[in-house]
Amino acid sequence: MDTGLILYAGAFGLILIGIGGIVLSHHLVRIIFGIALLEAGTNLLLLLATWRDGASAPIIVDGRVPALMADPVPQALVLTAIVIGVGVLAVSLGLALRVQQAWGTLDIREVRRLLERAIDDEAGVTPASSLDAPAVSGPLPGGQEERA
Amino acid sequence: MRRITSLLFLLGLGLLIAAVFRDMAFGGAVLAGDAINATAAREVGAANFVSAVVLAYRGIDTLLELGILFTAAVVGGLVLGRPRPEATHDADAGFILRAGADLYFPLFLVVGLYIVLHGHLTPGGGFQGGVILASAFFIPVLARPGSSLDQRVISVIEGLAGAAFILIGLLAMTDGKAFLTPLLDKGELGTLLSAGSLPLLYAAVGLKVGAELAGLLAHLANAEAVD
Repeated sequence: MDTGLILYAGAFGLILIGIGGIVLSHHLVRIIFGIALLEAGTNLLLLLATWRDGASAPIIVDGRVPALMADPVPQALVLTAIVIGVGVLAVSLGLALRVQQAWGTLDIREVRRLLERAIDDEAGVTPASSLDAPAVSGPLPGGQEERA
Repeated sequence: MRRITSLLFLLGLGLLIAAVFRDMAFGGAVLAGDAINATAAREVGAANFVSAVVLAYRGIDTLLELGILFTAAVVGGLVLGRPRPEATHDADAGFILRAGADLYFPLFLVVGLYIVLHGHLTPGGGFQGGVILASAFFIPVLARPGSSLDQRVISVIEGLAGAAFILIGLLAMTDGKAFLTPLLDKGELGTLLSAGSLPLLYAAVGLKVGAELAGLLAHLANAEAVD
């Protein structure tokens, strides 16, 4: 199996797992970890774009210039991306901490429910929701039987 | 239902990304890297070409990156706020963590400074060393949650380091060169005092990153203590 192919599969998997974590989970911290995984996959992909088999790090040690050196540009770009990722992670964890303190939960469905109720209470309206049964009695359109 | 639509979305997205991946060349894309590898030692004088790219060829990017990190630190402080003076905090950690924090503090300080100052010679640099410096100052806070980092000192260090970075960049402009052009003598390749102003820039980056991360972590740790 080609090493490059395995590394590409790793980047692909990390990106997909990250997006899956963002889309599928309801826990805020898990969503943030999904973002972190997505970042890791993107960084790996960026490094692999200029990956060369057997190339050494672009550093001169003791005056010896390696025959084949890796490209320093994507490495510098990924360095930037990692630092920015740390900033994003810190701010989002801080926001998650505030959510936990304000609503007592990190489940986004629960937070949404509490938030909507709080907004309704503030506005003094009854919560908008669909009715379980038709509001009017009598035969339904389409000739169906009235529900018991 | 939502789960099924999410899975379907994920499947479609996976197919899309796989299609993009299939048409991508497996490595070997040639950007400016080879040209930089050939000339960086002569032009910049840094043995570590990644550092040469970060500070010399795209120094303005690094400055903006520091700006983003600064914004993150400011937003973190804004969101988390200042802990109330009477806020309760966790009790001190056990003996092992306290003794370990005392032992690790000088070690992390030396390792962090080494990595910052040798950024133009060996793997590492201001960002990596700065993170180690931040952990040197943060581990004692973990061991003794009652003690806190002085945010005023942190912001002074941060501001001075950021100002030093911009000042070095502006000094190049007085010579009629572009902003952040490497200054000073290039020296002998591979020695500590080489690569002109790059070690100075990396020292400023290291201090700024270390102060910012230490401040952010202290904010997070303190916010947890507020009930």
